[in-house]
Amino acid sequence: MSAINWDQMIVAIKETILMTSISLFFAVIFGGIIGILLYITQKDSLCQIPIFNRITDFIINVFRAIPFIILLCCMIPITIILVGGMLGFKAAIPSLVVSATPFYARMCLIAFNEVDKGTIEASKSMGASNLEIMLKVVLPESAPALVSGIALLGVNLVGYTAMAGAIGSGGLGNLAYMYGYVRRNNAILYTSTAIVVLIVFVIQYIGDVITRRIDKR
Amino acid sequence: MIELRNVHKVFQVKSQEIHAVHGVNLTIQDGEIFGIIGYSGAGKSTLIRMINQLEKQTEGEVIIDGESIGSLSGKALREKRMKMGMIFQHFNLLWSRTVAENIELPLEIAKVDKKTRKERVQELIRLVGLEGREHAYPSELSGGQKQRVGIARALANQPSILLCDEATSALDPETTQSILDLLIKINEQLKITIVLITHQMEVVQKICHRIAVMSEGKVVELNTVKEIFEHPQHEVTKRFVRDVSGSENMVRISKELQTMYPDSHILRLHFSSDISSRPILADVIRKTNLSVSIVNSNITHSMVGPMGSMYVCVDDGTEEEYQTFIQYLLDEHVKVEVFQ
Repeated sequence: MSAINWDQMIVAIKETILMTSISLFFAVIFGGIIGILLYITQKDSLCQIPIFNRITDFIINVFRAIPFIILLCCMIPITIILVGGMLGFKAAIPSLVVSATPFYARMCLIAFNEVDKGTIEASKSMGASNLEIMLKVVLPESAPALVSGIALLGVNLVGYTAMAGAIGSGGLGNLAYMYGYVRRNNAILYTSTAIVVLIVFVIQYIGDVITRRIDKR
Repeated sequence: MIELRNVHKVFQVKSQEIHAVHGVNLTIQDGEIFGIIGYSGAGKSTLIRMINQLEKQTEGEVIIDGESIGSLSGKALREKRMKMGMIFQHFNLLWSRTVAENIELPLEIAKVDKKTRKERVQELIRLVGLEGREHAYPSELSGGQKQRVGIARALANQPSILLCDEATSALDPETTQSILDLLIKINEQLKITIVLITHQMEVVQKICHRIAVMSEGKVVELNTVKEIFEHPQHEVTKRFVRDVSGSENMVRISKELQTMYPDSHILRLHFSSDISSRPILADVIRKTNLSVSIVNSNITHSMVGPMGSMYVCVDDGTEEEYQTFIQYLLDEHVKVEVFQ
């Protein structure tokens, strides 16, 4: 059992954190937008367009059904166009975003639908426009669920970065698999596992703290 | 003035058509407290929502101050709604906002500037008696306090109409009374027209000037509180009036009294609102030598005065005195029923 190369470890930690946070950022934006569109186009919602709703819903289900490891392979051509290669931590980001976006869109939709219909009716009775209902009522009232959704998504993404690592992107998953498992270096395997667990705990903790602070129910 | 002209509302539920409102005609005067009472499913919720167009009528016209609002949409409709407040059975406050912020919401929507908003919120908090609770969240308030926030919020943009959707149905009797007092105060101070729907007869009895009784999507009876209570015409109205005057127990009570007082005369006296403020019973007891005991009484208060009925036992008198007693009451327009 050989020693751990800490420089290599620190690079891997940085890559994991970067992959997770960049893809989390884009997934939350894209997923949030799609979630809002799904919400408002539902039947009996603010701006119902059933056909658009059904098509979007179908596409989301398709992407959610593809296992991530297969999605990674399918995404190779697009990844090469977007980031110019298929190796390294940047190459994992398009796949991570594509897999996380539908997931977060679905979580947003659930969160928005949890908002009390009565408060929406009340704001309509005040003469609120659809934009105002969305910005002043639906989003603030669903904020705790949206934030805990981001935390859950972050945790999932850490797991996915490890999978992406196994087929050639960087990060702790790559380190644990290539150097820890393949080369039988248990020190690296278990240390990087522990760090992954720690990162997951930190994300969950931050999510819980914020959720509790904004939840006034 | 609110006018509903032959309004219909048909809901399409799957392949079935549900006629929720079936040709209603109503005129509600400015400054009036107008009650719509009916059992659940009578269509009253749908009807009140047509006044601010949360429900669009399938047919007919809704006219507010001479303007037909059925054809309005978008911005014009939203501006109209700002001049109509609405309060709800379950309050519908935003839990993410404090009391003050909840009251501020309609002002934000009406694009009132921040300084005016803050002043107006303070005024409203004083009006509904929530001083000191401005920064509390709804989850920290009692039901009655939540409804006060709801009322303040509904009044924020100085509406001329306040719509109350079962506003007291989720409250206990004492809190209900305090909210009704507040509504009367608002009606008198601000001259706001109040339209309220409820299934609680006590509510309409206490605060309404006029009542419409709804059943199966139609207005089956429309009259002043006094007339509705004293001369209910429709079966549904009679049921409501019976509930509040407790006469569903009439048979049971008279049976009980007959076994308890087998040797006395038992009478049921019914007082209507315009006479019962006078001491009729005291007068008649003084005139005769009968001993009269009240054995059961159900006198309640309404906007036009006390009304209701009581059971009395009459003893220790000659037949002549007994006849005088009854005649006196009849002369004073008290309805008398003799049970024994």
